Amino acid sequence: MANAHASTHSTDEKYYIPHESAWPIYGSATLFVLMFGLCGWLNEWYGPWIFAIGAVMLVGLFVGWFAVVIDEHQKGMYNLQVDKSFRMGMMWFIISEVMFFAAFFGALFYARHLSVPWAGGEGVKIFNNLLLWQGSYDAGWPTNGPQALGPRDDGSFETIPAFGLPAINTAILLLSGVTITIAHHALQEGNRRILNIFLAVTFLLGFFFLGLQMWEYSHAYKDLGLQLSTGIYGSTFFMLTGFHGLHVTLGAIMLVVIWFRTMKGHFTPQRHFGFEAVAWYWHFVDVVWLGLFVFVYWV
Amino acid sequence: MANTAAHDATHDAHDHRPQGLKRWLYATNHKDIGTMYLVFACVMFFLGGAMALLIRLELFQPGMQFLDPAFYNSMTTMHALLMIFGAVMPAWTGLANWMVPLQVGAPDMALPRLNNFSFWLLPFAFTLLLLTLFVPGGAPAGGWTLYPPLSLQAGDSFPLTIFAIHLLGISSILGAINVIVTIMNMRAPGMGLLNMSLFCWTWLITAYLLILVMPVLAGAVTMLLTDYFFDTAFFTAAGGGDPVMFQHIFWFFGHPEVYILILPAFGVVSEIIPTFSRKPLFGYESMVYATASIAFLSFIVWAHHMFTVGMPLAGQLFFMLSTMLIAVPTGVKVFNWCATMWKGSISFETPMLFAIAFLFLFTLGGLSGLMLAIVPADFQYHDTYFVVAHFHYVLVPGSVFAIMAAVYYWLPKWSGRMYDEKIGKLHFWMSAIGVNVLFFPQHFLGLAGMPRRIPDYATQFADWNMVSSVGAVIFGFSQLLFVYVIWKAVRSGETAPQRPWEGAHGLEWELPTPAPYHSWDTPPPREVITKGAMH
Repeated sequence: MANAHASTHSTDEKYYIPHESAWPIYGSATLFVLMFGLCGWLNEWYGPWIFAIGAVMLVGLFVGWFAVVIDEHQKGMYNLQVDKSFRMGMMWFIISEVMFFAAFFGALFYARHLSVPWAGGEGVKIFNNLLLWQGSYDAGWPTNGPQALGPRDDGSFETIPAFGLPAINTAILLLSGVTITIAHHALQEGNRRILNIFLAVTFLLGFFFLGLQMWEYSHAYKDLGLQLSTGIYGSTFFMLTGFHGLHVTLGAIMLVVIWFRTMKGHFTPQRHFGFEAVAWYWHFVDVVWLGLFVFVYWV
Repeated sequence: MANTAAHDATHDAHDHRPQGLKRWLYATNHKDIGTMYLVFACVMFFLGGAMALLIRLELFQPGMQFLDPAFYNSMTTMHALLMIFGAVMPAWTGLANWMVPLQVGAPDMALPRLNNFSFWLLPFAFTLLLLTLFVPGGAPAGGWTLYPPLSLQAGDSFPLTIFAIHLLGISSILGAINVIVTIMNMRAPGMGLLNMSLFCWTWLITAYLLILVMPVLAGAVTMLLTDYFFDTAFFTAAGGGDPVMFQHIFWFFGHPEVYILILPAFGVVSEIIPTFSRKPLFGYESMVYATASIAFLSFIVWAHHMFTVGMPLAGQLFFMLSTMLIAVPTGVKVFNWCATMWKGSISFETPMLFAIAFLFLFTLGGLSGLMLAIVPADFQYHDTYFVVAHFHYVLVPGSVFAIMAAVYYWLPKWSGRMYDEKIGKLHFWMSAIGVNVLFFPQHFLGLAGMPRRIPDYATQFADWNMVSSVGAVIFGFSQLLFVYVIWKAVRSGETAPQRPWEGAHGLEWELPTPAPYHSWDTPPPREVITKGAMH
């Protein structure tokens, strides 16, 4: 009778089912405007204006929809079972994000360990290089391909050494993982002052990371001949670090939102799903960065 | 039961039921959202079907008759995208929306607003995709697989296609999250995972597949987008990239995707065959394990779609053998369905007819899949009409027949009305005959060497193409009967009893008919669960 499953249910209070809401269809329309705007912009039908309208709508979407959820949470409309739904939902969302990055890591590994050596004539593929590139392609890593694509006329480019700025960035993100954990413990112990301070430190570290990333990008573009167009190395480098940077940006914004909420006194030591979801997300971008540091910058 | 009925009566007084357009635009009720998914899928099915009829019209005779070749290629591409992402996947999500909460004893889906967001992304995504028909350069014409470099030669349609796929991916992922959370967190107390209906089980596993592979598709098409607009070199050999890499990433998504299309069908058939055989399902647990095995194997077989593109011998052997392994759990399923019918007291209502046709014709499609798995044989079959015949056998009399079976089976519960059995049977026989006339000759055409995705063909292929086109007309137009039979049932069908099928087991049949707008507001009592979950 008393199994593990039953214990998670509170049969005396009902699972909260929201009544009709305009936000979902507004959200779908927002993404449509955003993407249609981007299509027209890329196709040069018109400027970035429809995309910009979509971006404004997107801000409205997050503010509006989240306001409803925060309000319902503050009113105590979510029982523990609803809380568990949110947790599971966030967990599976993060797993889908992991798989998105997996596609780009897969591209990196495939190029580096299979298709580039094959193009260079490894093993039985010797004719690839001889017939296609007259034996001229010296396939190694990093590479921008047999035709040395990229911004420089001589096709050369330089990479960013791991143990310079990227190592500092690694330290920053790892430190931010520590500070958010300190904040979490403070929240559980009811120490709001430490919570507020360490949460602020966490997102400041996040923005610091982003600043350094932007400095690194501009260095790569201006001085190193390393751009998106620098063959497969530039493609994998910028797409992996770029999407990671985008996720850090999102995570940092989420941290700021949560910080405003903790400043307003939201969350209790027992119930703070919003905080935890953001913390999970922050650890996720942290782990992705470790993968980037090892496989993109280092080895 | 008395318990539930009394419970519903007491709640009618403050039963919140929005009216008018808002009920649909702002929906949070799983039944309303499920209905919208199903109606949307039906519209897309007819739109995609119209495109298929245009293809068969052009192929009715050799020579170029009606369509411009580029438009013909657009039709094959758009037909596939519409049918996969617009018809079959939304139909399954619609069925999950309707049935999962009823079958696990939950008051609704776990995240109702997210649920509506998932649905409303679909019409917007297809607006983007269908707009491509009207932009300079025409709709995408490089095949639904979007292989570069061909797909990168598209005109203005290119970003529209890519972003439509992004929106569809978001919709599927959020829908899948909802299904997982509902099943894992919302089951009535006392309902263990192994008391659950097989439809819920197969959908649960499908949802895991969706979450793991839709983001990979998003990544693949994003790389296409940056190759097209931002000079990246993922798929450009000159820059060290590789067009074959796209195929690997795409099929890492694509192969699990075909199981996403078929696994819920296994669930539906596993509900219907026991009902009309009046016997419990044979081998319930082995069905669950077989489904999980198929899902696992689906991640390690992808390169069997690319044998002819070139890969190391070890790769060919591995992907051939892993593909053949799938026949083992699938064989377990087919055996169990047959064993369920063995010595059963079988009656042949329309859902059962569709389920039996599924059993025969899906198996046939699976066996031609085994032929395709053999590397040297695949060198011969690849990109011929044999492949077209194979995947249409698993998708049309496979997935689509199972969706139709599910609609006939549960329509009385949804609408409170019975459909007209005579028209239902007529629809079945027209469909079953039509689909075989349509697709069986394509096996012969493929084995004789007719390539797919070409609007013209050599004259020796004329006879069977003509037969196939006749089948297409029979199959296509008989689907109007499907709409008619549903419309007629909903408008003026006989009132359905609570349990219209005497052999039916499952929590959904413990509810009144039609299922009340809010059901299982409080979890069903334990004895109802045990009664419902009689395997």
